[in-house]
Amino acid sequence: MSTSSTPARPSATPPAGPGTPLDRSVPLLEVRGLEVSFRTAVGEVQAVRGADLTVYPGQAVAIVGESGSGKSTTAHAIIDLLPGTGRVTGGSIRFGGRELVGLGRKDVERLRGAQIGLVPQDPMSNLNPVWRVGTQVDEALRANGFTGSRADRSRRVAELLAEAGLPDAGRRAKQYPHEFSGGMRQRALIAIGLASRPQLLIADEPTSALDVTVQRQILDHLEGLTQDLGTAVLLITHDLGLAAERAEHLVVMYRGQVVESGPARQILADPQHPYTRRLVSSAPSLASRRIQVAHERGAAPATTARAGAAGSSATTAVGAADLLAHHAGEAEATPREAIVVAEHLTKVFPLRGGGRGASDFMAVDDVSFSLARGRTLALVGESGSGKSTAANMVLGLLEPTSGTVRFDGQDVAALDRRQQFAFRRRIQPVFQNPYGSLDPQYSVYRSLEEPLRLHKVGTPKEREGRIRELLDMVALPASTMRRFPNELSGGQRQRVAVARALALSPEVIVLDEAVSALDVLVQAQVLELLAGLQEELGLAYLFITHDLAVVRQIADAVVVMRQGKVVEHASTDEVFDSPREQYTRDLLAAIPGGGLEAEAVRG
Amino acid sequence: MPETPHTAGPAATAGPARAPRTPRPGQEHVARAADGGGLGAVDAVSTTDAPAGFWREAWRGMRRRPLFWVSGAIIVLVLLVAALPDLFSATDPRSCVLANALDGPTGGHPFGFDRQGCDIFSRTMHGARASVTVGVLTTALVVVVGTLVGALAGYFGGWADTILSRVTDIFFAIPLVLAAIVIMSISRDRTALTVALVLASFGWTNIARITRGTVMSVKTNEFVTAARSLGMGRTAILFRHVLPNAAAPIIVYATVALGTFIVAEATLSFLGIGLPPSTVSWGGDISQAQGAIRTNPEILFYPAGALALTVLGFIMMGDVVRDALDPKARTR
Repeated sequence: MSTSSTPARPSATPPAGPGTPLDRSVPLLEVRGLEVSFRTAVGEVQAVRGADLTVYPGQAVAIVGESGSGKSTTAHAIIDLLPGTGRVTGGSIRFGGRELVGLGRKDVERLRGAQIGLVPQDPMSNLNPVWRVGTQVDEALRANGFTGSRADRSRRVAELLAEAGLPDAGRRAKQYPHEFSGGMRQRALIAIGLASRPQLLIADEPTSALDVTVQRQILDHLEGLTQDLGTAVLLITHDLGLAAERAEHLVVMYRGQVVESGPARQILADPQHPYTRRLVSSAPSLASRRIQVAHERGAAPATTARAGAAGSSATTAVGAADLLAHHAGEAEATPREAIVVAEHLTKVFPLRGGGRGASDFMAVDDVSFSLARGRTLALVGESGSGKSTAANMVLGLLEPTSGTVRFDGQDVAALDRRQQFAFRRRIQPVFQNPYGSLDPQYSVYRSLEEPLRLHKVGTPKEREGRIRELLDMVALPASTMRRFPNELSGGQRQRVAVARALALSPEVIVLDEAVSALDVLVQAQVLELLAGLQEELGLAYLFITHDLAVVRQIADAVVVMRQGKVVEHASTDEVFDSPREQYTRDLLAAIPGGGLEAEAVRG
Repeated sequence: MPETPHTAGPAATAGPARAPRTPRPGQEHVARAADGGGLGAVDAVSTTDAPAGFWREAWRGMRRRPLFWVSGAIIVLVLLVAALPDLFSATDPRSCVLANALDGPTGGHPFGFDRQGCDIFSRTMHGARASVTVGVLTTALVVVVGTLVGALAGYFGGWADTILSRVTDIFFAIPLVLAAIVIMSISRDRTALTVALVLASFGWTNIARITRGTVMSVKTNEFVTAARSLGMGRTAILFRHVLPNAAAPIIVYATVALGTFIVAEATLSFLGIGLPPSTVSWGGDISQAQGAIRTNPEILFYPAGALALTVLGFIMMGDVVRDALDPKARTR
C-alpha cells in the first residue's frame, strides 16, 4: 500500500520538529555511553552499560540480543518509558540534535508518538480490549495534535489502517481487538505507531508472537511503508537472521553492553567479538546443516561437552545402562523399524455453543506418519495446525476421534490400565514452557525422583545414583538436585525437563516446542544435547515445532501440517532442497535471513 | 572502553535496498575487545547460594517486613492468653463482688470492675479463649470443606463442577451471620463447637470459590501433563501437584477469615445466641457493657479493644502472607 492514496494534508509531516529539513547525512538519533540501572531489593542493577548507537534519517537499524541483554531497555530509555525503578544514570541521547536525557515530562510526552513512534511487542495485550480499534488509532491521532472534525478523524483512521495493510479498513476500525487475528492486531499497532508520521519508529520485537508467514508479510509491509514515509526504524529483535535481513546497521548487545556494531553484512560475514561469533554460528536461521553427531553411527561417541556421561552410565545401580545399551543395539540392528505409527489420525473437538454438531472443529484431519527408532521426525506447522493435538494423541493423553496410533505394533487406545502404565515408561514428553514444565514446589531432586518412585524403580539409594547420572547426561552439576526451578534459568529448567523425560529410559521422546522459548545460544546448546543423547541412547524424537529453521538442525524427516492436514511428508533434505507444496515453500521463504545464508557462507 | 576499529572486508555487494556502500560516521564496524572474563558457560548453575524453595523464599520475604513481626507478636500474645489465661490474671473472672461494681482501676485490678463487680482485666483475658477457639475451629472446618469442594469442582470439572458450584452459589447467597442467628436461636446446645459448626456450614463458600479458580489454572500447567504422561493417577496428581500449588491463596484467605469468624462469634454472643452467658466471652461482655456506654464507656472499651486488636493482628498477617506468597499482588 502506498501513501499516494493519502490526501496531502499538513498532518502527514510532523510540525516543525528538530531537524525539520531532513539532512540525511546528520544522525537522527545518537546514543552515547548510555547507562541505565534498576533499583532492586539487592541494590542497583546496571541493565545497560555504556551503549552507543547511531541512526540516520530513513535508515533501518537493529539491536540484536538475547533476553536480558538490555536491548529493550535501551529502546525504552530513548522514549523515556523505562518500567518501574529504572532510570538513566549516565550518557546522552540526542534526537534531531536535541538532548533527551533530563528532559521534562511534558517535553517527552510531546516527543513521544509525534516524533518517535513505538510498535510494542505483544499484539495480544497492547490493544485495549474494551475499545474499538478505530478509537484507539483515533486516540493516537488526537494525542499528537491532529485537529479535525469527527468525520476527518475517522477518515484518517481508516486511511492509516488501510495503509498498515488492513483490508476493508473502514469496517475494521469499528471492530474490537478480539475480532482481530494476531497479525491484524499488529497491523493496527503499526498504524498507531505511524499515526503521526514520526521520524523514528521503534519496533520492539514486533512480530515475535506471530506465525512466520504472517511475520514475513508484516515486516515486508513495515519496510515498504517506512521507506515510503522516510521513517527511520529501530528494530529490536533476538533473531540475528531477521535483523540482518531487515536492517543495514546492526548493534549486538550482550549483558548490557554493545559488544559489536557495524554494517549487517560485515557482521554476518566477519564477526569479531566472541559472542557475535557464537551467535552467528548458532542462529538456526543461518546455520544450515543438521547437527551431525546423531548420524555418525559407529564413529567415536558424541564429542559434546559431556563426554563423561557414557562412562558414568556404566556404573549405574539401577540397571538402566543395560536397558539403554539394549535400545541402542536394537536401533543399530534395525535402524528403520518404525516405533510409532500414526494412521489416519483424526481429532474433532465439539465447539461450545455451536449448536448440534454443526460447528465441530477438526483439529487433526486424517494424519498419518511414522517414526523410526533412533530417528527424528519433525511435525511442523503454524499455530492452529493441529501439531500439538497430534502429539498428545501419540502420548496417549488424548483419545483420537478416529484412526490409530501404534506404538511398537500395539494400538495405544486399546491398552488396558496396566499396559498403559507400562507404555508410559516408553514414551515421554518435554514441553515448551520452561517455566511451567516443572512443579515450582518440587526440588530438582524430587522432580527427577518422581518418575522412578512412581514406577518403583530401585531403592532410594539407587535412585539417587540414577538422578546424578541423569543430571550428568544433561550437563548439569550434581549440586543442581538441591535447587528449585525458580533458581534455574530457562535453559537449565528445560534440561531438567529433558532429564525427567529420560529418567525411565524411554524409547521415544515427544518434544513439543521444547526449544522454542529459549534464547538462541541456549537453544543451540539444548539441540546439541538432544542430538548427543539420541546418538548415545538410540532415542527416537517426535519434534513438534513452528520453526523450520530448527528442523533442519535436528530432523531426519518432516511432516508439514496446516489446519489439521498433512501438507507434505518427506525427508528433511527433500523438504529443504525441493519442497513440493506451495505452502512449504512459503514457510521456507519466511525463515528470517534465509536468503542471507549463501552469502554469509561465502563471505 | 577498548574498541578495536575493524577494517571492512570486501564491500557488501547486494545489501538491503537502503544500504550504502560504505558505513556512515558512527556506524563503522567496531567490536568491543573480549574482556578477560569471556562469555563463560552459556548457562551456569549457581552453586554457592543456599537453595531456596517456594516456601523458604516466602519466609525470607516475610521476615523482612516489620508488619510481620508486629502482627506475629499480637497473634502469639492472643494465642498465649487464650491457652493460659491464668498466667495473666490470678483473679477468677466469675467471682464478682457487687460492692465493687463500676469501681475504677485499683491494685491487682488494672482495668477496674464492671456493673456486676467482676474484674474486667480477668474477664478480658479469659474471654480470649472463647473467641480464639471458635475462630480457629471454624477456620479449620472451612478450609477442609471449602478446599475439598473447590478442588473437586475445579479439578474434575463437568458434572461435578456444575453440581458443586451451584451448591456453593446457594450457600454463598445466604448471609453468614443471618443464617447463624436463625440456626443458633433454635439450637439447644450452645458450645464453642456448635457455634463453630454453624459458622463453618455457611462460611466455606469463599474458600471453595478461590480453590476452584486456582485449581483450574494450576491444572493447565505443563508439569501436570508431565505427571499424567508418567502414568500418575488423577487423584494422586491432585494431591501431589495441584493442591500444593493452589495452597497460597487458600492460606491467605484463611488467615483473614479467622479474624472475621472471631467477629461473627462475638456478634452472636452479643446477641445472646452465641455462647451461653456462663462462658466468658468478649461478645457477651460487650453486650453487658452496652447499657453503661454513656456513664462508663471504659467497660466497653476493654473487651471491644481486645477483639479489635485480635482481628487486626490476623488481617495484617493475612496481608503480609499474601505479599510473600504472591509477589505479583504487591502494590509497592
